[in-house]
Amino acid sequence: MKNSLDRDIPEFLEGLGQLQPFGGAFTKLKKGWMDETTVPPPVKAKLPHADKMCNDLKEAILKTNPHDGMTVSFHHHLRGGDDVLVKSMQILAELGIKDITLASSSLTSAHEPILPYIKDGTISQIYTSGIRGELGKAVAQGCLKKPFVIHSHGGRVRAVHTGRIKIDLTILAASAADNEGNATGSHGPSAFGSMGYASIDSWYASQVIIVTDNLVDYPCVPQSIRQNCVDYVVKVDSIGDPSKIAGDTTRITKSPMDLRIAHLAAKVIEQSGELKNGFSFQVGAGGASLAVAKYIREIMKAREIKGSFILGGVTSYGVDMLNEGLFRSIFDVQSFDAAVSSSLMNNQYHIEIPAGLYANPFNCGCMTNKLDVVVLGALEIDTDFNVNVITGSEGYVRGASGGHSDTASGANLTVAVCPSFRGRIPIVKKKVHTIVTPGESIDVLVTERGICVNPQQKELKKRLIEAGYPVKEITDLANEVEKITGVAQDVEFTDRVVGVVEYRDGSIIDVIRQVKE
Amino acid sequence: MLYIPGNNPAMLQQGGVYGADGILLDLEDAVALNQKDAARILVSHMLKHIDYDTCEVTVRVNHIDTPFGEEDLHAIVPLQPHALRIPKVETTEELQRILDIVHKIEEAHGLPHDQMKLHVMIETALGVENVYKLARFSPRIDAISIGGQDLAADMQLVKANDGIGIDYARKQIVMAAKSCKIDVFDTVYVDVDDEDGLRVEAEYIKKLGFTGKAIINPRQIEIVNDVFTPTEKEIRKAAKIYKAFERNKAEGIGVFAVDGKMVDAPVVQRAIRVLEMADVDLSTL
Repeated sequence: MKNSLDRDIPEFLEGLGQLQPFGGAFTKLKKGWMDETTVPPPVKAKLPHADKMCNDLKEAILKTNPHDGMTVSFHHHLRGGDDVLVKSMQILAELGIKDITLASSSLTSAHEPILPYIKDGTISQIYTSGIRGELGKAVAQGCLKKPFVIHSHGGRVRAVHTGRIKIDLTILAASAADNEGNATGSHGPSAFGSMGYASIDSWYASQVIIVTDNLVDYPCVPQSIRQNCVDYVVKVDSIGDPSKIAGDTTRITKSPMDLRIAHLAAKVIEQSGELKNGFSFQVGAGGASLAVAKYIREIMKAREIKGSFILGGVTSYGVDMLNEGLFRSIFDVQSFDAAVSSSLMNNQYHIEIPAGLYANPFNCGCMTNKLDVVVLGALEIDTDFNVNVITGSEGYVRGASGGHSDTASGANLTVAVCPSFRGRIPIVKKKVHTIVTPGESIDVLVTERGICVNPQQKELKKRLIEAGYPVKEITDLANEVEKITGVAQDVEFTDRVVGVVEYRDGSIIDVIRQVKE
Repeated sequence: MLYIPGNNPAMLQQGGVYGADGILLDLEDAVALNQKDAARILVSHMLKHIDYDTCEVTVRVNHIDTPFGEEDLHAIVPLQPHALRIPKVETTEELQRILDIVHKIEEAHGLPHDQMKLHVMIETALGVENVYKLARFSPRIDAISIGGQDLAADMQLVKANDGIGIDYARKQIVMAAKSCKIDVFDTVYVDVDDEDGLRVEAEYIKKLGFTGKAIINPRQIEIVNDVFTPTEKEIRKAAKIYKAFERNKAEGIGVFAVDGKMVDAPVVQRAIRVLEMADVDLSTL
């Protein structure tokens, strides 16, 4: 069957069941409630003074009754320094557990050691927001027994609420925790900041293990995860490599290309009329997207504008803007560097939020619904403004859905920033490999070769043209790029669907087919 | 003018997007000896296939006394970039030899002899001393530029950031260019991280009369544009002067006052220059 973006979606997939085709960004939201039934979180009991402490991770896992076919979840707040996920999967594999569904909020390069467990059937399915490196290549080649699901951060929360992701065991790393399981990421030698993605796991998993390298006296404060959800606590020597968990202060790129794009994007935002007192703002963590913040900061200072909140995905650059008084608050679902953890700990207006409050579309107070401006990157964007942030030009999975479609749907102004091509590979093209964010959610594309405005934003286009900005039709830009790069040979795929891209409302916006080797 | 090494395809294909008024595709000093042929081929292809939009494209060829110079001319002249940059020019005899070769190539390809311009680059003390003769040698020459790094080396100057050693040369070259009413471009500022230093130098050379500056990193473009672009205040003042000039001209008055200050022909000329730099259409005033 075709979805509303003309992508072929199977009606049924073994391992996933019936699929619902995407029908528009707000089709399912317009009703005001979710059609699907929700599952209740578990209600657990322990005898008085029962000791939650375990001697090691294996002991804790054994106590949770691991079994074939179980779903195990993790958060990805430890980023490239994560040690916990791989160690946990090693233990489960050594215990002979098979057919595991892995439901990590995302997968990074630090998780590549689990590749053998995918190939040998220990892991048979993955629900995640992103997959990279050799893992991304392997799943695109069809190594998983069942199709993987790529979801947004907000969509993951919805999926847990509906029981689509039914977590048997969650193992959550924390940089500080007490012996009852109250846990945080905001302080400790491996501090990583917000634990926003972990909240839903802690509430809904049948069994919850907290793993920390910093056991503190009871009670641990602050508490991102609370003791009433936790079954077991493990103290380990290290939850990961601190230098890769929370790197140095995030720096603005020096790439002339990225700066050029960022400067143009900031001008577009200024012309849009959204840059005014009380506005809210989200940018990406690097490249041109983060660099936009540098120019917005200059404009805000020059025009004495004070914003309401920064949302994200927060870097130290956002913290600087908070400390300068340019914004009143930060709502933080994920912290990207050490300075952010410190701000979270010490500034009451730097507020940690769970992923559901961040972006679950069926959360009537979700923060993405309040967002004024978001700046997002793209691996590809097509002439209908559909964006791909998940598959590369060779067909492998190499990115993440993340909060892309969540923020794009909610923001008053969504600005996609990217070069029009990279090397010999077109980024602006007639049709993207995989749609993650529908074109209706993207208002403007800013590249080094010009600005393309979605036809639904007639007033903005008029303003930009009158102000003398280099506005182009996106089809003209795609043709211009094609003249430079030539037409690439299409990647060949088999008919086998190895993964689906689930839109935030649970419908399927696209599929990923097996790369023909 | 943004300098781009001729053997760097990524930089070449993106050279026109950064907002520079002109780009210089370099076959000379930015390219290693064993890359000269590759650069020549790459730049030739870029000239044929990349649309640099409104950027003026100049190609710096190797000097004809090097093994590469003549081959460069044979490859590039038929493609007729906006201008050819001739490096290390010292005498009118050299210029004549170059012009003869260019003329022959254009003849062979049925091309006109006045379309592609020449930029003469002064990079030695002898070149500085001869710059008046060089600037007026051919109507095809529409700019002179100074190569500060090579000039400092030729003069055996101890490396200094203050520009004192080449200051006389700068002024000499500006005067020669102005006497021929052609453009004059200043040399590169090599410390790409020192944005304040670049701004100070750009402001100084603007006061000397330079009409542009060489850039080696796109991050420098905005600063140089900012220095050379008239401010809103300057544009408004210039417009006021011009409008007053037109009014007084109609009444046969040549010297008049604007805001209490005398305005005569030179002041009007300066005002027109400001308006031209700001891309103001005089007929709309």
